[in-house]
Formats: sequence, structure tokens, C-alpha cells
Amino acid sequence: MKLIVENLLCQRGGVPVLEGVSFTLGPGEALVLRGPNGSGKTTLLRTIAGLQPAAGGRIELAEDAVAYGAHADGLKATLSVAENLAFWAAIYGTDDVDTALDTYALRGLAGRPAQNLSAGQKRRLGLARLLVTGRPIWVLDEPTVSLDADSVAMFGRAVGAHLAGGGSALIATHIDLGLDARVLDVSEFAATGKMAADGFDEAFA
Amino acid sequence: MIALLVRDLKLAMRAGGGFGLGLAFFLVVTVLVPFGVGPDSGILGAIAPGILWIGALLACLLSLDRIFQLDYEDGSLDLLATAPIPMESVVLVKALAHWLTSGLPLVLAAPVLGVLLNLPAGGYLWIVVSLLIGTPALSVIGTFGAAITVGLRRGGLLLSLLVLPLYVPVLIFGTEAARRGAEGLANTTPLLMLAGISAGVLALLPFAAAAAIRVNLR
Amino acid sequence: MSIWEYANPRKFMGWTGRLVPVFVVLAAVLIGVGLTWGFFFTPDDYRMGATVKIIYIHVPSAMMAINAWVMMLVASLIWIVRRHHVSVLAARAAAGVGVTMTLIALITGAIWGQPMWGTWWAWDPRLTSFLILFLFYLGYLALWQAIDDPDTAADLTSVLCLVGSVFAVLSRYAVNFWNQGLHQGASLSLDKEENVADVFWQPLVVTMVGFGLLFVALVLIRTRTEIRARRLHALEARERMG
Repeated sequence: MKLIVENLLCQRGGVPVLEGVSFTLGPGEALVLRGPNGSGKTTLLRTIAGLQPAAGGRIELAEDAVAYGAHADGLKATLSVAENLAFWAAIYGTDDVDTALDTYALRGLAGRPAQNLSAGQKRRLGLARLLVTGRPIWVLDEPTVSLDADSVAMFGRAVGAHLAGGGSALIATHIDLGLDARVLDVSEFAATGKMAADGFDEAFA
Repeated sequence: MIALLVRDLKLAMRAGGGFGLGLAFFLVVTVLVPFGVGPDSGILGAIAPGILWIGALLACLLSLDRIFQLDYEDGSLDLLATAPIPMESVVLVKALAHWLTSGLPLVLAAPVLGVLLNLPAGGYLWIVVSLLIGTPALSVIGTFGAAITVGLRRGGLLLSLLVLPLYVPVLIFGTEAARRGAEGLANTTPLLMLAGISAGVLALLPFAAAAAIRVNLR
Repeated sequence: MSIWEYANPRKFMGWTGRLVPVFVVLAAVLIGVGLTWGFFFTPDDYRMGATVKIIYIHVPSAMMAINAWVMMLVASLIWIVRRHHVSVLAARAAAGVGVTMTLIALITGAIWGQPMWGTWWAWDPRLTSFLILFLFYLGYLALWQAIDDPDTAADLTSVLCLVGSVFAVLSRYAVNFWNQGLHQGASLSLDKEENVADVFWQPLVVTMVGFGLLFVALVLIRTRTEIRARRLHALEARERMG
């Protein structure tokens, strides 16, 4: 399960944000994205997750390989912790909710409605969702927001276990997760603005 | 897909508003009509099928903007879009859940409200049959409208403006079927047309709605 | 050189810039001639009297109202298939003209209906269909207005236009089924008994061609405006991004 990105052009609201993005991510590898706010990390991750089309270049990726984790956790306030996880497990056709609960120390909260969780607990539940997807490539956008030091370590161990199992992870974060990961600074790829994606602009040039 | 349906039904039950609000709205509209047109039972009986259809249609409209909006806001829709079920199925399930929580209760309540409007005895069967065939189309068309407006601020008002003109054929054939049935006339043609529209929108609109959602998530 | 080259924004601005004045002048001349001919040099109808003369505005505007929607549909399809920006902007331009033409057709129809049928409005199938068409135009234009991102707006309005077209045809059929109506049949079909007489028909053809040219001219002018607005939007967006 390899992710190959070649000369990718990403745009946001019709304006190019990143251009010439190239990297590969093999099994057992992690890649950390850095860059100031607004530099296009989220746009890049959403493009790789298939939520928005690439304006140019190539993404080579097996079908149904990516598990995407966004800023929002997609939790339902009136469902319990276990119900939230069981729902996503059913959607992805897996059934191992217990491992996910244990990995993020949510066992004791399993019956509690998600609306009664703290921000950090919600985040842990959102991250536990990744485990029930059974997908090999994790694409994560700022996963450690609102996590305390213990929870960050918990997350670091989970990613480590995922990598050891042959998975891979692409993570936008500013925190050191204690992983042996390469770092990619997206500001290197900031679009110069000369290249218009749709041919509409240069037609006037 | 079943998991999604079960989840949506659970959410509707626990949030409360799901079943109750639409029904209460339907009741209030029906009760207001005699105040507007007068208590003459002849007039009320004649317009009852139309009033029940319009009431059901408006009650259906009320809950449309919640179909995708909540999932959009909490990020679930992004996650569903990257999940291994096609967006077309998500749309269909959402429409089905909307029909089960909004459309079906209206169908069941219509004959009760028919009593208030002095619906002729022959009309009860046909109001239920026409609503049963027609309300799925209302849900599917409404789901399409919700998919178009999901990312918009002030989407609710726009949603009504987009969806109501699309409801015209359903409303016409639905009321015709109910009215003709109530008057003891042959109503096979409008019923078949209504069934045709329901089948057609079920088969085709999920594709348009799924395309609209993908555009809105970009 | 393929025909699509002419739809490249810059080329489009070039050739339309030269054509628009021609269309405007031709439309003005034809509408002027047609209306003068129709208003002052045709006899009063034996049944309708002088009120028949509003036909020279009513019928052409009604035709353009429908043509504008057809054009929107074709342009939206071109956008969906070829993602040609000019085509979707032309669709938006056509909608603005179409909604105006629909309104003109409805108003002139009401003015004509008052003396003829004794009522400003009747729920006749044709009138009702036009009213529904008017609602469709409003929804389409409101959707354009509500979305900031031009590509998103183009995609969503195109989808709405396709779905709306199917429902517009369905509504027409449903409305016919619902009420048989007062309105006369098509004025211009070749085999109808109640066809309008030649004296009325000839100036009508002139005004219809005139309205057609006016429609083309207005759509071109509005498309040019939309292209400039789109260009401005792109420049502003780039400015914001630094």
C-alpha cells in the first residue's frame, strides 16, 4: 500500500495554493507535514483523501486505502461512545470496537453519550475511529488538538503500532509525537500565483 | 447502509424533534384552515384533499434542511464521503430516513385530520394511498434540494425556493388522485403518474444529489 | 482551429465586442419596424379589436422566455461535459434575460386577458406553466447569488438546471392534466384552423426575429459582464492570497 504523490497542484476556492508537491509514503512510514497556518496543509490532505479534485499532477493510491481524520470528529452527540464507534465499524465493515476502546482508554466511558465528553475525550474518540476503519493509510489533520500530554503519548503509541503493522500515516501537526518520521514543510511548495488552474486567467494574459 | 439508516433513525428519536414537530405542524395547519375559509362543512369537504396534501408537503419541507446540515457541520459528511459506501447510497438512505421520520407519520395522521375537515367517506382510502405513493417523492426531491444547499449560509430559505417549484407535479397528481377518489371518479391515471414520478426520482435524483454533495464538500 | 477556440475567454471578448453593436442595431431596427407595422398598419381583429396588437410583444417575449431556458440547459450541459467557463457564464446571463422575458410575457398576457377573458389572471395551463417557469428562474438565479465560489456555483446551478428542466416539462404536462384552460392554441403552428391571419402574421415574424436578435445581444452583453466580473473575482482572490 504505497502512496505516491507527483507534482501535485492543489487549489482552494479556485486559487492555486500548493504546486509541485511530490513525495512517496511506503508501508511502515510516517510523514509529518509542517507549515504555518493557511499554508495549505488541510487542502493537501483533503485532496489526498479524495474530497477535492487535484488541479494537476498525480496521486497514486490503491482504492479504499485512506482513512481521513479531520478537524471535526464527526461524532453524534446523542449516541454513546460505543455506538459512535460501532457505527463507523459497520460502515467500514469491521467489528473490532474493543481494541479501539482500549487503545484510547475509552472503555470506562463506553456507555456515555458523546455530548457529555470533554473536548480531549471527544478527540480521543475521533482518533479511535481510525482503528475501526481498518484502512492502511491514515491521513490526519491536526490530530492532537485539545489532547493532554498523556493522550498525545497514547496517540503516538497508536500510530507506532499502526506503522509496525505495515500501515502508514500522513500527519499535519506541530507537536513531536515521538515517532521516527520524515518531515515535509509544505511552505516549500507555496504556489507562486503565476499558474492558473483552469486556464481562465491566462487566457487574458 | 443499514447502519447509517439505524443511526439516523436513532438520532431522530433521541433528538425528539424528528417525529413530533412535523406532525404538530401538520395538525396546526389543518386546524387553521377552517378559521381561514369558514366552517361550512361542504366547502371544507371539497377542499380537504388539497389541504391535507399541502399540509403534508409543508410539514415535509420543515425538516429538509436537517437532512445533511448536521452531518455537514460535525464533519460526518466528510468522513462518509471518504468511507467505502457510495455517496448515492448515502443520499438514498438519508431520503429513506427522512421519509420514515417525516413522511410516513404524515400519511398515518392524514385520515385523522381528514375528520376535522369533513373529508367525504370515500376519500379516506385515497388520501392515504396518494400520500403513501407521493410522499417518498417529496422526501427524495427534498433530499436533492438539501444536497444542493448544504454548504450555504441562509440555506434554509433558498432550499424552500428551490424545492417548492419541483413539488408542483407531485402535488398536482397527488391531489387529483385524492380528490377524484373522494368524489368517486376514476383516478388510475393520476395515481400511475404519481407512482411514475416517485419511481423516477428514486432512480435518478440520488445521482444528482450525490454530485451536488461532492461539489459542496470540495 | 476548433470551434471551442471561439469560446476561449479572451477570443470571446474579442469577437463578441465586434458583434454586439451589429446585433443591437439589427434588433432595434427589426423590433421598431415590426412594432410600427403591427401597431399602425394592420387592421383591428374582427373579434378582439385593437387589443390583438399586444401580440407583437406578448408572443415574441414568451418564445424568448422558453428559448432562454433551452439555452441555459445546453450551456449547463456544455459546462458539465467540457467545463467551459464561458458557457456557464452564458447560462447565467441567459437566465437573467429569460426571467425578464417571462415577466414581460406574464404581464402583457394579463393586460390582454383583462379585455378578452374579463380577468387579469386565470389558472389556465399556459399561464400557470409560465408562472412555474418564472419560479424556476427565480430559484436558479437565487442559487447563483447564494454561492461565493464561482466553480461551485457553476456546478450546482448546472445540476439544478438539468433537474429543473425535467421537472419543468413534467409540470407542463401535469398542469395540462389539471386544467384544460382558456388560452388559444399555438398561434403559429402551420396546420391549425385558428391560426392568425397573414396580415398579423408578417409583422409578428419581424418582431420575433427582432426579439431573437435582442436576446442574443443581451446574452452576449451580460456574458461579457460576467466574464469581467469573474476575472475581477480571480484577481481579488489572488490578491488576498498574497
